[in-house]
Amino acid sequence: MVNHPVVWYTSCGNIIDGILPYRDLLESMHKKIISILIIISLLSLLAACGQSSSNEGGQKATKKEQLERKNVDKLPPAHGDTIVVGSIGDASNLIPLLASDAPSHQVAGLIYNGLVRYDKNLKLEGELAKSWEISTDGLTITFHLRHGVRWHDNAPFTADDVMFTYRLIIDPKTPTAYAGDFEQVKEAKILDPFTFQVVYEKPFAPALASWGLSILPKHLLADQDITKSPLSRHPVGTGPYKFSQWKGGEKIELTANPDYFEGQPYIDRYRYRIIPDSATMFLELKASNLDWMGLTPIQYDRQTAGKKFTGKFNKYQYLSFSYTYMGYNLKNPLFQDQRVRQALSFAINKQEIIDGVLLGYGRIATGPYKPDTWFYHLPSKKYPYNPEKAKQLLQEAGWQDRDGDGLLDKDGQPFVFTVMTNQGNALRAQTAEIIQRRLQEIGIKMKIRIIEWSAFINEFIDKRKFEAVILGWTTGQDPDMYDIWHSSKTGPKELNFISYSNPEVDRLLEKGRHTFEREERQKYYDRFQEILAEEQPYTFLYVPESLPIIAARFHGIKPAPAGISYNFIKWYVPEALQKYTQ
Amino acid sequence: MMTFIGKRIVLMIPMLLGITMISFLVMNLAPGEPIDVLTNLNPKATAEVRERLRSHYGLNQPLPVRYVNWLKRVLRLDLGYSFAQDNRLVWDKIRERIPITLTINALSLLLIIIVALPIGIYSAIHQNSFMDRALTIFVFIGFATPTFWLALLLMILFGVHLGWLPISGLQSSQVAHAGFWLILGDRARHLLLPVLVSAFGGLAGLSRYMRSNMLEVIRQDYITTARAKGLKETKVIGKHALRNALMPIITILGFSLPGLIGGSVIFETIFAIPGMGQMFYGAVMARDYPLIMGTLLIGASLTLVGNLLADISYALVDPRIRVGHHD
Repeated sequence: MVNHPVVWYTSCGNIIDGILPYRDLLESMHKKIISILIIISLLSLLAACGQSSSNEGGQKATKKEQLERKNVDKLPPAHGDTIVVGSIGDASNLIPLLASDAPSHQVAGLIYNGLVRYDKNLKLEGELAKSWEISTDGLTITFHLRHGVRWHDNAPFTADDVMFTYRLIIDPKTPTAYAGDFEQVKEAKILDPFTFQVVYEKPFAPALASWGLSILPKHLLADQDITKSPLSRHPVGTGPYKFSQWKGGEKIELTANPDYFEGQPYIDRYRYRIIPDSATMFLELKASNLDWMGLTPIQYDRQTAGKKFTGKFNKYQYLSFSYTYMGYNLKNPLFQDQRVRQALSFAINKQEIIDGVLLGYGRIATGPYKPDTWFYHLPSKKYPYNPEKAKQLLQEAGWQDRDGDGLLDKDGQPFVFTVMTNQGNALRAQTAEIIQRRLQEIGIKMKIRIIEWSAFINEFIDKRKFEAVILGWTTGQDPDMYDIWHSSKTGPKELNFISYSNPEVDRLLEKGRHTFEREERQKYYDRFQEILAEEQPYTFLYVPESLPIIAARFHGIKPAPAGISYNFIKWYVPEALQKYTQ
Repeated sequence: MMTFIGKRIVLMIPMLLGITMISFLVMNLAPGEPIDVLTNLNPKATAEVRERLRSHYGLNQPLPVRYVNWLKRVLRLDLGYSFAQDNRLVWDKIRERIPITLTINALSLLLIIIVALPIGIYSAIHQNSFMDRALTIFVFIGFATPTFWLALLLMILFGVHLGWLPISGLQSSQVAHAGFWLILGDRARHLLLPVLVSAFGGLAGLSRYMRSNMLEVIRQDYITTARAKGLKETKVIGKHALRNALMPIITILGFSLPGLIGGSVIFETIFAIPGMGQMFYGAVMARDYPLIMGTLLIGASLTLVGNLLADISYALVDPRIRVGHHD
């Protein structure tokens, strides 16, 4: 499932793990779930939280920490202790298909399992399914389920539960935002209690990953109104943690499931504390009352040194699943000329934005994918900062300063446009200001307008009343970008709001989502990235880093492309270092 | 007296109706709708999904129909289900949050009364003295200090550096299973900073009112008379002046009734207190119409009841105000 951030969680504190695009408020999910793209609001969070590798001090510290970690990793694993996690927002509903906010998915991710999940290198592996087969025509997927898995109330898990969850999600009476992927299913069958089969109308590459959705217990939910189910607040799953307590707006507590099919997690208790203010959350961390939170670049870089931190915490960094861009309304005559868009990309110094806004904790984005995924391709057309080249391209397109007022003009009109972004995301506003100065240097006047989220989406994006926007997308573990770049997706409320249209890109996206074979798929997406780089419908700006900090007593944390939480059940606190005994 | 109260109560009904109608209208004028949180920029939310969600929440009906439906339910004392993803009863959500907000506001109001009234009285009696000016400056510093800033400074001092008090939240995990007194003590430690900070900001208003009322009263002839007949100064002030100077304060306390359940967003957010303010703010941002209306309805009712109580108590204290009695 994708997660959609809720609008009001705009800051990054609750994003603990980059794997799942859990976050934002306005605006923000998921562990094993595949979130594909976006939520801008989420993005805002992300954006708010990212940072990068160009910072030497940061890297040194990380290396040193890694060494220290190596030494302590020799202490033997032990059961026990509690991990206290800070979150800006409370969960809303612990039945994951009814919730779209990051906190709900983050907590529910520990309670439920899907049939499949992403491993640390972002490859799909079995979870409740021990294996699966895809028919040669790509239309049928057969899942072989694990035997002997039990729900937290001890009832056995079978293919009936999978079928029930599938029927629930496509039921028109279920208020879920995740039905889209499952409406492509033509037929679902139970072949025997541990074999489940789905047949698709057309081969659909993201299909397999969509079965990472949390499977719900049929015996507790059948024949009821799902929206009124007590499981919303007292979930029962098959996952590594059992629900224990939820105090609204205060905390959620989970305890280790001793019968978990992959083995009992080492950490006995998981306490999710809701602290809506990020400054307060940071003070709680400083007082060692929290074990895990996401830091902002400035906290990561400047504020987490000294005796309250040294030796007590480890900091991690990895690329988040998101990027920030400046998008142009291609219906606007100003941006219809490709040379103009290329010129803007040459005129913007992306590294300067990363250094200034993210304190260096981010990477330059070259396209819509994050650089450490298998489908990322470095395009041959690059846009290093080069104002001379920008001016030259603009001149070729007919833009020159003819009247000597310092602004380029064409047909008597000066080059002036307005860029919009949403309120509540300081990083985007700062990015806009840096771009504004660089564009002014080459004779373009860019005005900045910041608008409240709902109004921004409903009044400007949906009605196409914008010239350029600075926004972000969360990206997923699958390269399918059909919804954002296909020319059929330019309708109201659809995501190709810049009205990008290229028949070759359309063909590539269609082929990409109907092909399972990875190398072949990769070719399509490589070409797709080349075309976007050439045409610059967006100026791709940066990919921020996630910057979690975790108490040093937790061992076994191994950062990977998937982030850090993929092996959470293997984290442990050596007996001598355990802090909470009850 | 009874006719007076009866009339006031009857008048409250159209007033309440008007308030809800305007609230309902204004709320719907704001751009966006409840399903936006789920569907905006979500690639999985197709047009059918959106339509399905809109009809699930009844958003496909015209505004007047939705208002009348809401009103009908309210007449049966049913505030409906929240549009938030938890689908809980509005009343359950409000009920869960009122106690803590009420506790903090009541304690803070109590503290304000205990501190502000003596300050006001002292300042009035010693008008323009050094202490009067010092107290005035003190209360205005409280009034002018941004809550969030003061709260953070106190948290850093008492929570991080000294470690005497918890930084945020309502309960320490260690005492969850302890005895009653331990839990109470723990709760008190958690509430200390929030109550102090919120009371500090409220001192100015009440103490200045008290000061000016007192100043007015002690210039009255009956005070001169009291002094002339040889009463002790403490008695003159404590009995004759104070009682009369307190009357306008009753009105102010009546007005603060709805304030008791209205929490402050900033303040609750800083201290991580799950109160009414945070909930209402979240409801507005998510366009959770039933929860917004439920909260507004309770707030509006309490405002009206507060006004009524103020009027009644005023009338009880001061016979001249009792309308309809011309003795």
